[in-house]
This record gives sequence, C-alpha cells and structure tokens, in this order.
Amino acid sequence: MKSLPLGRLRSVIKKEFRQIRRDPRSLMFMAFLPAFMLIMFGYALNFDVKHIPLAVVDQDGSRASRDLVDKFRTTEYFDLKAVLPRTAAIDPLMAREAIRAALVIPPAFADDLLAGRSPAVQIIVDGSNAMSGTTAAGYVGAILQSYSQRITLQALARRGLGRVTLPLTTEVRVWYNPELRSAMFLVPGLMAFILMVIVTVSTAFSIVREKERGTMEQIRVSSLRFRELILGKVVPHVAISLVSAHLVLVLGWVLFGVGLRGSYPLLLLAMLLFLVGALGQGILISAVTRTQQVAFLLAFLTTLLPTFILSGFVFPIRNMPAVVQAVTYFVPARYFLAALRAIMLKGAGFGAVWDQFALLLAFAVLSLGMSVARLARGEKERRPRRRARA
Amino acid sequence: MKAILSIVWKEFIQLRRDPRLFPVLFISPVLQILLLGYAANLDVRNIPSVICDMDRSAASRVLLDEFVNSGYFTVRARLERMSEIDPFLDNGQASMAFVVPRGFGDRSAGGKPASIMIIADGAESQTATIGVNYATMIANRYAQRIILDRFDRVRGPGQKPVLVNAEVRVWYNPELRSRNFMIPAILGLILMIMTIALASMGIVREKEAGTMEQLIVTPIRPHQLIAGKLLPFIFIGLVEATFVILVARLWFGLPIRGSLLLLYGMCLIFMINTLAMGLFISTISRTQQQAMFTTIFFVMPMILLGGFVFPTENMPPFFQLVSRAIPTRYFFVGVRGIMLRGAGLAEVWPQAAALLIIGTVLFTLSVLRFHKKLD
Repeated sequence: MKSLPLGRLRSVIKKEFRQIRRDPRSLMFMAFLPAFMLIMFGYALNFDVKHIPLAVVDQDGSRASRDLVDKFRTTEYFDLKAVLPRTAAIDPLMAREAIRAALVIPPAFADDLLAGRSPAVQIIVDGSNAMSGTTAAGYVGAILQSYSQRITLQALARRGLGRVTLPLTTEVRVWYNPELRSAMFLVPGLMAFILMVIVTVSTAFSIVREKERGTMEQIRVSSLRFRELILGKVVPHVAISLVSAHLVLVLGWVLFGVGLRGSYPLLLLAMLLFLVGALGQGILISAVTRTQQVAFLLAFLTTLLPTFILSGFVFPIRNMPAVVQAVTYFVPARYFLAALRAIMLKGAGFGAVWDQFALLLAFAVLSLGMSVARLARGEKERRPRRRARA
Repeated sequence: MKAILSIVWKEFIQLRRDPRLFPVLFISPVLQILLLGYAANLDVRNIPSVICDMDRSAASRVLLDEFVNSGYFTVRARLERMSEIDPFLDNGQASMAFVVPRGFGDRSAGGKPASIMIIADGAESQTATIGVNYATMIANRYAQRIILDRFDRVRGPGQKPVLVNAEVRVWYNPELRSRNFMIPAILGLILMIMTIALASMGIVREKEAGTMEQLIVTPIRPHQLIAGKLLPFIFIGLVEATFVILVARLWFGLPIRGSLLLLYGMCLIFMINTLAMGLFISTISRTQQQAMFTTIFFVMPMILLGGFVFPTENMPPFFQLVSRAIPTRYFFVGVRGIMLRGAGLAEVWPQAAALLIIGTVLFTLSVLRFHKKLD
C-alpha cells in the first residue's frame, strides 16, 4: 500500500525535472544567477564613507586657521575641493552636489584661541543622505577634537607641567570581524536576499502555469493528491537551489574570505529549512493566483523590497516601529540571515540559533500547508459549479 | 491613432480579466511605501549594549553614565565579569559592550592614565563602526574634561587651554532623518518593479498563449502595437506614483521643495526606461518563466547599484562605470534633489538627460528586436 503513493510522488518529481530540463535558460538562471549576483554585488558594494568632497571658507586667514585646514587636507576622509572666499559661495556647490560638507572658520578664530575664548567653527553638512551626513559630521567632530586636544596639551606643557599623558585611553575591540570588513556583513546578507528572490520566483509559476495552460484539469482528474503534487513540485527545486546555495557559499569563502566558523551540518539544516520555506512561499503564490502575470507581480512584490528592507540586511530591525517589526516575522530571510550571521561569523552552536530554526520550520510548514489547503478549497468550490453546468 | 487606442482598450480588458490584478496594482504600492518607509531607517540610535563595571568606583560610574545618557546606547544588562559578555554578543542580544577594568578609579584619582575597553559586534559592521565612533567621541570628551579640571587646579601663567567647538549645521535634512533620503528612492523602486513586471509579460504572454500570430495578421503596425501595450502601463504607473507621493507627503511629512510637475516629469521618463527594459525582456524571452528570471537579472542591479542604500561613489571604478548605465541612479539623484533640495530643471537636467538617453537606447533596441521577431 505504501509504495503506491510514493510511486505517484516519484512520477510527479520526474515530470517536474523533465519540465525544468526543457527550459535550459530558466535552469541556468536558477542554478547560476545567485552566484553571479554574489560576485557582482560582493565586489561593488561597501559602506565606507571616505573622500567626502569638502569646501573651506577661511575667514580668519591666520596660522592657526591654516593649521586646522591642513588637518582636513591630510585625512583620507575628506577631499578638499575648494577654498571659497565667502559663505554664500557654498550654496550653489552644495546644491549640485559638488561638495557634501563645508567648514567655515570665523574671523577671530586665532585671537579667540589666544584669549582663551573657545571659538566655534561652523560645519555645514549635506543631510540629504542622512547616513553619509552623520558620518561626515562625526569625522569633523573627531578631527576638531584631536585638534583641541593638541592645543590643550601644548598649553599644559607650556605651563610647565611637562609631558602630559592622556588621562584616558580607550581600547576598541571588534569581535567576529576585527577589521570591520564590509564583506563579512555583505556576503551573508546578499546570500539571504538573492536566494530568497530567485528561489521564491522559481516556484511562483509552478501551479498557476498548469492552471493557465489547462493541464491542471488533467491533474485534477488523476488520482494524485494535492499534497503529493506540491511535494513533487518542491523536491526538484530544493535540489537545484541547494546546489546554487552551495555555489554561493563557496564563492563567498574563496572570493571574499567569508569562511564558516560554525558547524556545516547546522548550516546545511538552516539552508534546507529556509529554501523549503522560500519555495513554499512561491507555491502559495502560485496556488492563490489565476494568471502568471499576477503571480509574477506578487512574487516580486513580496520578495524583492521586503527581503531587502525587512530582513535586517541593511536596516536594523530594532529601529523599526513595533508594527513593522511584527511584519518582519513574516519575512523568512530574517531568520535565515540571523542564523547565517550566527553560524558563519560567530561560530554559534544550535543553542544560540534554535529559535531561528524553529521559526524557519514553522514558515515552511505553514506556507506548504496553506498551499495544499488552498488547492483543496478551490476544488470544493469548483465541483458544485461543474455540476450546475452539467 | 485609432489602432493604438483599440490595442489600449484590449489591454485594459485583458487586465480586468484577472480580478486580483487591480488590488495588487493599486493597494500594494500604498502598503509597501507605508511599511518600507518606516522600515528603511538607518539612524543608528539605541544600540543594545551591556555594561561591565568591574571597578564600581565613582569615576567609573560617571564615565559609564556618559555612555548611557548619550542616547546612542541602551543598556540591556549590567554584568560583573567579562566572561558574561560572550553570550550576549553571540546571540545578538547586544551589539556593544563597555568594560571598565578594576583599578580605573584609583588610577584616575592618582593622575595616572587609565583605560577602558569597548567591544563591538563586527558582524553588523555599519552599526559597529558608528557605535564605536560615538563611544570614542564620548570617551575623548570625558578625557578632555579631566585635563581641563587638572589645568584649573594648577593655575599659572600662559595660554589658557580652549576647546574648539563644532557648530554643525545640516542643510536640506536638518534632523538627518534617513527616511527623507530613502523614501524618494522607494518611490522609484516601487514604480520600477510594477512597470517592469507588467511590461516584461506584455509580449511574451501573447507568444505563450499563441495570440501573437493573430496580432501579426491584423493590419496593426509593430510600433502601434508597442505603443498600445505600453500606454496602459504608463497610466497605471502614474496613478501609482500619485499614491506613493501622497503617502510620502501626507503621512511621512516629506517635503516636496521643488516643482511637482518636474517630479512627475522625472517619474514619466523613468518609466519609459523601465517599460523599455521590460519590453526588451519580453522580446528576448520565450516563456513567461524566462521573462521573470531575466527581469530579476535586470532588477537586482537597479536596486543595489543605483545608490538606494549603498553610495555609488564608494564603488570600485569598474562598477562606477556600470552604475552609470543604471537608470535608477539618475532617478534617485534627481528625485532626491527635487524633493529635498528644491532643485529645479537647472540642477536636474543632467539626470533627466541621462534618463532620456538610456531610455531611447533601450527603446530602440527593443523595437528593433521586436521587428526582427515579427519577420
């Protein structure tokens, strides 16, 4: 008795494989697109803010002010683009993004320094890119701080206190990614993002195509159960996407030096659960739609931007309002990314990631279960109608 | 003209046939902008941190309070031993740790240099970078105060030490809200995804359904067919743009400092790009499935290399070159300029021109390709 349903499942799997083979271009995309994209984006992207174009308005023109300007000239964080005569000249340059920051040294800068009045230097930052704006303001602050510190120490030395050591030193340690390499952060994130999109999309047509072409009727009248149909459609894609996930993994290690610190079986389990969940989301989309066009739109709308923005890849989830945080629980890449970072970068064991695994499993079961339920319901609605027509 | 209109009519009828399409087309952009507008926030505040004060002196408390009260860090736990830090960072409950070693207070009181340790989780490298910057700045300020205090106590001749204060003014986006930077880009991404997805299915669907032959035998010319297929999508795109702009303006309070007309103009020429791209995909694909994968191939670089989150100027030279061919890059710069900086045509014409050029090239390519297909 048991061999019979398995036999049916096997024939669906065989049919799916044959259908996938018939479209070699799509198969190529499924297998190699993730790897290609990882290479491209892994090299292209980084977050480092350096060489911020800067303009200086030196209204003082003293030795002290030139000294300060030199501090900005010698750092790699800023590129001195222009020395302007008036503050009014800043506006047009900033408007066409020729500069992103400007430093204005007030007229009595050197006198104030000598008289012991703390002078204020004005910094104008283009805030339209809030991130690089924040960073630029931070850099300026740090440079001014070290400048003040030098002046203070010089003053102390002159007062006969001799060599003064700094009273506080900070020792910064960065764990898991000591050189703060962007790749360590990018590779797991890109992996989750790219796989999510391509894997979901690869099954988003699987059922709706049969509906549109009318082959769904043939399946309906066969003895095949819906859960066998869905399982049969998922299995071949799990195989293909596991291969492409491994390609991405190996490339991340070979090209970008993002190795695996934790255990491989644990990572494999994470990938498997995630891929089944993503495929399940595609199947669910396929089950609820009637045309490939709508399935395509839904697959794109639910994966591209939500995965990029809501998975915690670049935008920290803890910054989001509670309602949006609640929505992130429906984005499986969120759990996968957390598991990837923990296993690959931190070498975490099962104890640290079990909750992510549980949620991935729940997502997979839910999406596949809902697809089966949806198809069964569609069948029930269809039967009375057919009878009525007859 | 009549031929084009009849194609437009046919397309609308066909679009109406799937009752799920219209909700997807018009409700989802609003949902997406609402959700993503809140989520796309890179302001680094309230970094979850743990504090490990092994000194428990007055001085250590003063220093640690500086970190706690800065608003950049939220304390998740106060720990006794260094070894207790590990689990917090391992499972991501905290991203930073501040450690004050034993003897810190005594050394400070004795005028000897003391040290503290700041630990950051490098797996989230950009939070770590910003967090470490904030923390060192706070520590330096503390150090400076100690120096000044000591100086006051000595009192003698010579130059008084002073601090050079930074008076920071932020233009265009005074509160440095990253949302203001992100939302104009999200507008572009939503428009792109919708129009590209619709257009890329446009022709391949007819091919797959076998209705292409019927269209070919009608007296409709290829350019009429293309115009008729794309016009409804332009209409849909403009309605969607209106929805998204309304939400951005009324819900998120984003400024629109420049002219609304110019903003719509940018949306329009941007859609010419995405539609032409979709059309091109549609002509080179045999099945809708192929069209879908090819679309991903085009869309991913538009999201990642256009300067939505990752600044284009940081890219290596080769990819800077690549990003010059990416329409989103120009759209993002142009629309951010119009909305945030009040840029007019004088400022955004380079972006508009670039979009027009890329759009024309793409369009010509796909029309040529389409002609060849028909012969």
